[in-house]
Amino acid sequence: MTPAFNVRVAAVVLLLAALPLVPVYARLANDPFLLTLFTRIVIMALAAVSLNLILGYGGMMSFGHAAYLGIGGYAVGMLAHEGIYSGLVQWPVALAASALFALVIGALSLRTRGVYFIMITLAFAQMAYYVVAGIARYGGDDGLTIYKRSQFFAPLDLSNKIQFYYLCLALLYGGTYFVWRLVNSRFGMVVQGTRSNEVRMRAIGFPTYRYKLVCFVIAGTLCGLAGALLANHNDFISPATMYWTRSGDLIVMVVLGGMASPLGPWFGALVLLVLEEALSSITEYWQIILGPLLLLIVLFARGGIDGMLRTIGGRRA
Amino acid sequence: MTLLVEQCLNGLQFGLLLFLLAAGLTLVFGIMDLVNLAHGSLYMLGAYFAATFAAWTGSFVLGALLALGATLLVGMAVEVVAMRRLYGRDHLDHVLGTFGLILFFDEAVRLLWGPEGLSLPLPPWLNTAVEILPGIYYSSYRLAIIVVTLAVAVFLYVLVMRTRVGMLIRAGASNREMVGALGVNIKLLYTLIFGLGAALAGLAGLMQAPILTVQIGMGENILILAFVITVIGGIGSIRGALIAALLVGFIDTLGRAFFPDLLRMALSTAAASTAAPALSSMLIYLLMAVVLVFKPEGLFSTGNK
Amino acid sequence: MSEPLLKVENLSKRFGGIVAADELQLAIARGELHAVIGPNGAGKTTLLAQLSGQLRPDSGRIYFDGRDITTLPMHRRSALGVARSFQITSLFLDLSVLDNVALAVQARSGHSFRFWRNARTDPDLRKPACAALERVGLATRRNDLASALSHGEHRQLELAMALACNPRMLLLDEPMAGLGPEESARMVEMLRALKAELTILLVEHDMEAVFALADRITVMVYGRVIASGRPADIRANKDVRDAYLGEQEAAHG
Repeated sequence: MTPAFNVRVAAVVLLLAALPLVPVYARLANDPFLLTLFTRIVIMALAAVSLNLILGYGGMMSFGHAAYLGIGGYAVGMLAHEGIYSGLVQWPVALAASALFALVIGALSLRTRGVYFIMITLAFAQMAYYVVAGIARYGGDDGLTIYKRSQFFAPLDLSNKIQFYYLCLALLYGGTYFVWRLVNSRFGMVVQGTRSNEVRMRAIGFPTYRYKLVCFVIAGTLCGLAGALLANHNDFISPATMYWTRSGDLIVMVVLGGMASPLGPWFGALVLLVLEEALSSITEYWQIILGPLLLLIVLFARGGIDGMLRTIGGRRA
Repeated sequence: MTLLVEQCLNGLQFGLLLFLLAAGLTLVFGIMDLVNLAHGSLYMLGAYFAATFAAWTGSFVLGALLALGATLLVGMAVEVVAMRRLYGRDHLDHVLGTFGLILFFDEAVRLLWGPEGLSLPLPPWLNTAVEILPGIYYSSYRLAIIVVTLAVAVFLYVLVMRTRVGMLIRAGASNREMVGALGVNIKLLYTLIFGLGAALAGLAGLMQAPILTVQIGMGENILILAFVITVIGGIGSIRGALIAALLVGFIDTLGRAFFPDLLRMALSTAAASTAAPALSSMLIYLLMAVVLVFKPEGLFSTGNK
Repeated sequence: MSEPLLKVENLSKRFGGIVAADELQLAIARGELHAVIGPNGAGKTTLLAQLSGQLRPDSGRIYFDGRDITTLPMHRRSALGVARSFQITSLFLDLSVLDNVALAVQARSGHSFRFWRNARTDPDLRKPACAALERVGLATRRNDLASALSHGEHRQLELAMALACNPRMLLLDEPMAGLGPEESARMVEMLRALKAELTILLVEHDMEAVFALADRITVMVYGRVIASGRPADIRANKDVRDAYLGEQEAAHG
């Protein structure tokens, strides 16, 4: 039975309450880097939330999700390069481009299964990588510097780091809430049922392909938003954002945090990026620890952090 | 004309090299149903070991042989320590677990050899040009690669088609459970097969080393190609891997050789030189997409999912 | 005599050299519980698959309530009132019992491109799902994960999912498969209760259940009907005894 003090709920509440206070703490501790780090965490958490939708809830093992970070980012970057700085133009373009890409890739990839699906999503992401790396005008391999962040109406100023942080946080909260409602809706039940047993879903009469495709597009679009944020955050975008190993990083965040749980991706992004910072100050070879750690998690703690919190709390899964 | 012959041979050589890599991957895939992202790391290790041992012993061939042995040992060690626990699990588990191994190996190499990368110079007797057709010369080393990989391909054919072990491999590729039921020492078989795959990857890595630089991350780049080949050829099929590898090798090499000129006719030189390598890389993925649209199981799938 | 609810005329289906159905004739009256029995490989599951729409017959016609449904896709037949349970347990194991049944209800409730409203609290889905669970006796387990149920309870859940769509006709594929004596008895009672409200086509190997429940029995061997009629007549039929019942009695002692 649920104990009086539920560890998982406590962790969630703590997280939800602490995140808005980061800029305050950063100012008090006179540590601006903290704000930069957490802005990045929040943006990657949003990307991870979008991946969790198709991977955790939908069971679609896409290895090309980082492509949308690149597409969203390059939409902002390319338009900025051409002198179009208005966020009201850039961001809808970023979303539309991501949605279109997801639609085309999804339509083709979702006809395959299992390992083939993994490979074909990976391949399409690599194709996107090569496409942007091949356009000299936008920096090619070296990437594209963004000299001016997306402009919105005053008083919203994205170059103000604190304002930008709160914008990203608001979008993370909003995006997570949206995904949460989505997965519990009728649409979400179809997606979850398809993950659980696609053959049965078809047998009871659901045309599963179209639901998976719509889910895929929604996830890609949301990640494109994260990409637009990331480009603004770094004032830079390069093809490296889309390299297939970056998709791997996103998957790690989702699994580490706990799949098919609304806030799992938050834990995953937080822990992974904080770990990265903490471990790299101990040794520059920190990935030597992360690598086997990942393997151990896969073998022994498959439910991720969220799963572990549930176990500690004693709550039935 | 000379250029065409040379590029075709390069395509053949690259394709055969890719075949070595893809064969190991598809074997492990087809028989143990294991998605091994760390296959590229073994390729990298082969190159690093070869560069190191060749420098120590002063002999290219000796260095290569030692490297082969070392990679085989590392492969078998990895199988016993890590891979064994992944058999039978979800593919996502494989992907994540072996992704973790990639991180580990990349950092381990960086720790042991530094971030700079190594080079493996060719001994003089390999660094010559051979006249293969009247007036047409080709690098003797690349010819050597072709010869060696063809020999390995023949060896694999004999192994898979004519020996008892090969029979088990073929049986395992189409029906895993049955092989276990036949009372064969599955654990040992799997360790050996994984070791074989690792050795093939290491061989590919060490042979490629003098041509490209030996550096961290070389595995990740070529791994994708190997996977694409496996998918195009059909999981579990060595024959499929060979044909797909040759296809990919030719397309990639000829694309890189002739695309820049083709593009320069349409674009500015600067744009063309950036776009050309990108486009030729894209061709491979386009090929895979096309194959998967018409034959989602690959060209020669063994049907073992 | 009134029109039969289900009529099958000259149904044929081959898989390469194997004849799964050979000019099958079948007629099931409203409110009847009709059992189809026969040795393994007789084509019983293939028959169910063709009736539910999973497989397309090579030739022949299927009529449901006077309407030709031979080429109708699965979800359309489900909408007309034909529901099927499966022989091999194929449930949504990582979802709750209620979710399982609710999905069956949802499948018949129009499109599911509704993105906001919580499906789990939607009375249009919950009420029929809970009602179906009541009928099979799983109401108390509704919030448990399907994976936590015993095999017998899985079979009950299967039945609930078929009932969730308020069908007029149930196609049951070996609902007793793998059940122990107690669970079997319970299932028989449940089916007996359902008889009053529905028309049922029952494919089964459990002869006790068949003879306890069936109004009429059809015997199939190698895709062909070799006998069809009242239970007593079937029991006495020599061909049937030779082909099938003899080995059943020997097996069950």
